[in-house]
Amino acid sequence: MIPRLVTGAGYWSPLLWLAFLILFTLIGYLIYSRGNPRYRKDTEQVKPYLSGNVEPSKEKIQVKAGDIYWGLVEALKDYYNVLQAIHTGDLRDYILWYLGVGTIILFLLVGGA
Amino acid sequence: MIEHLPAVMIAIPLFGAFVAPLFKKKQNIAAVWAILITAVTVGLSLLLMYQVRLNGVIVYVFGADRPTLVLPSGYKVPIRIMFEIDGIGAFMAISATLMSFIGALYSYSHVKAESGLEKYYALLLLLEVGILGMVLTGDLFNLFVFLEIAGIAGSALVGFRNYRGEASEAGIKYLIVSAVASLMVLFAVGILYGEYGNLNLAYISKHISFNTLDMIAFGLLFTSFAMKCGSVPMHYWVPDAYTEVPAGINPILLVSTYASLYALFRVSFTLFANISISLARVGWIMSVLGVLTMFIGVTMALVQKDVKRLMSYHAISQTGYMLLGVGVGLTVLHDPKALAEFGKTAMAGGIFHIINHIIYKSLLLMAAGALFYVTGTRNLNEMGGLARKMPITTLCFIVGAAAISGLPPFNGFASKFLIYESSYRLNPLLAVFAMVTSILTLASFVKVFASAFLGPPLEKFEEAKEVPKPMIVAMVILALLCILFGLFPDVVLDKLVYPAVDALIKVAQYQTWGGLA
Repeated sequence: MIPRLVTGAGYWSPLLWLAFLILFTLIGYLIYSRGNPRYRKDTEQVKPYLSGNVEPSKEKIQVKAGDIYWGLVEALKDYYNVLQAIHTGDLRDYILWYLGVGTIILFLLVGGA
Repeated sequence: MIEHLPAVMIAIPLFGAFVAPLFKKKQNIAAVWAILITAVTVGLSLLLMYQVRLNGVIVYVFGADRPTLVLPSGYKVPIRIMFEIDGIGAFMAISATLMSFIGALYSYSHVKAESGLEKYYALLLLLEVGILGMVLTGDLFNLFVFLEIAGIAGSALVGFRNYRGEASEAGIKYLIVSAVASLMVLFAVGILYGEYGNLNLAYISKHISFNTLDMIAFGLLFTSFAMKCGSVPMHYWVPDAYTEVPAGINPILLVSTYASLYALFRVSFTLFANISISLARVGWIMSVLGVLTMFIGVTMALVQKDVKRLMSYHAISQTGYMLLGVGVGLTVLHDPKALAEFGKTAMAGGIFHIINHIIYKSLLLMAAGALFYVTGTRNLNEMGGLARKMPITTLCFIVGAAAISGLPPFNGFASKFLIYESSYRLNPLLAVFAMVTSILTLASFVKVFASAFLGPPLEKFEEAKEVPKPMIVAMVILALLCILFGLFPDVVLDKLVYPAVDALIKVAQYQTWGGLA
């Protein structure tokens, strides 16, 4: 019996998916193994071409965590300004948020009782 | 002996916690002791689940002539301390004991260099007691007592590395937030006791009249448990606590958070399920909180540079899925057609996500702990090229990251898939938010992977090597669980999740004290 996750709208079979994944990986490997036979590792042919400039050390060109998604964060600057402003780290604010949300929930619940 | 199983579940870790300080001079033995005790509790919780599946709801009465004697002679209402264990209680007990064991195993090496380990392990076991008490009790006041035990033990563990100012600050914040939430729970319990003269959950749920005072008590319980489970916008304490607590405690602290989520579900379904007019409103409040939680959590994670803080925001985000899944079920609880079509599936997704999340988030936080153990920093900007130095940690991290991002065939996908497909039926926007959150989750884990593990090996980590074996074993067990739960989700759903969902839905079964009264 193949395990199935029935969702009401259809089903998902992880083992079937895995079988296809293995099959496609094999096909991918077959294509890969028939690649360029002249490729030689650790030779000049794999070095990047930088218009004659010296290649900087790998440590210097490492992409830092802060650089990843810089564009996205910059584009959402206004959203993040608000979000970071409310994350004050101040315990008094934590309690105030609790009281505020509690008031709203009480209002919604008692109003509907 | 088997009839005393619920009491033994609490007694053994409690005994373990009181004995642990005796190993002050041999802290290795304290660690082994904690591993042993937690391993025994795993076995007991599995036995408990078996008993629940076999006999239905288990009722255990403390101090009675017979542990199943609910009403003392001459009484018409239950007055004793009672444990009442159904499918969801047993499900949570398995989660708690498993994560306590994994946490103790991981801690063996991770905190070896720290002092005061006998207290560390005593607190770990006390935290387990607190969680188990919360999920097994059938009594509102005991729920408060165990909430307090878990809160105090948890805050002491958050502040365990008290030589770090941040740890002490996080510990105090956690303590105060827990205390405020617990006091409000106590206030709500007082209101209900004043009205019905009883603290038994099943009894109150049978007699509750849903007047204004009841609804105030419900509001207080709802908000307090929502804060304790880290729902946005009351989540601010979570990143502080999860970041500073030693990585070995992260799994059990996660379960402690979800014990509050369990309490939220228990109160919403068992105590207040019959408020037919506004139950859909309660469900919508839960669902909206879920969407806010998942989206704000993940967007905050995206900009973090501290690896544990990033993962803590993800923990918040993932709680949103659980709130959404169960919230959808609660919204349609009184609509049999919608409940059968998608409500039950949504709840199954939400509850399945609890155990899935506990597994992969513990794995990820442990991987973060391993990074800290090796590099001495949590700052992702200062890491790089660690994949070759820590191959097993890298592999475990990949499994955890794929699982949390909802990639097939890992366990996170299975529960998220159920939530997407069912929440869509209530409102398509809910599913859209859930899917966008998953994409952002994947994006932020790509960031962690790229900055910590990929890239050229850095000179400063030339001597770095893989973490010790107990840490590896703990991570590998969790990684395997991520894969197994993902490949055979139907088994977990049938054996653990659907009994838990049924326990929440079938209130009448809970109200009859296991068929005794």
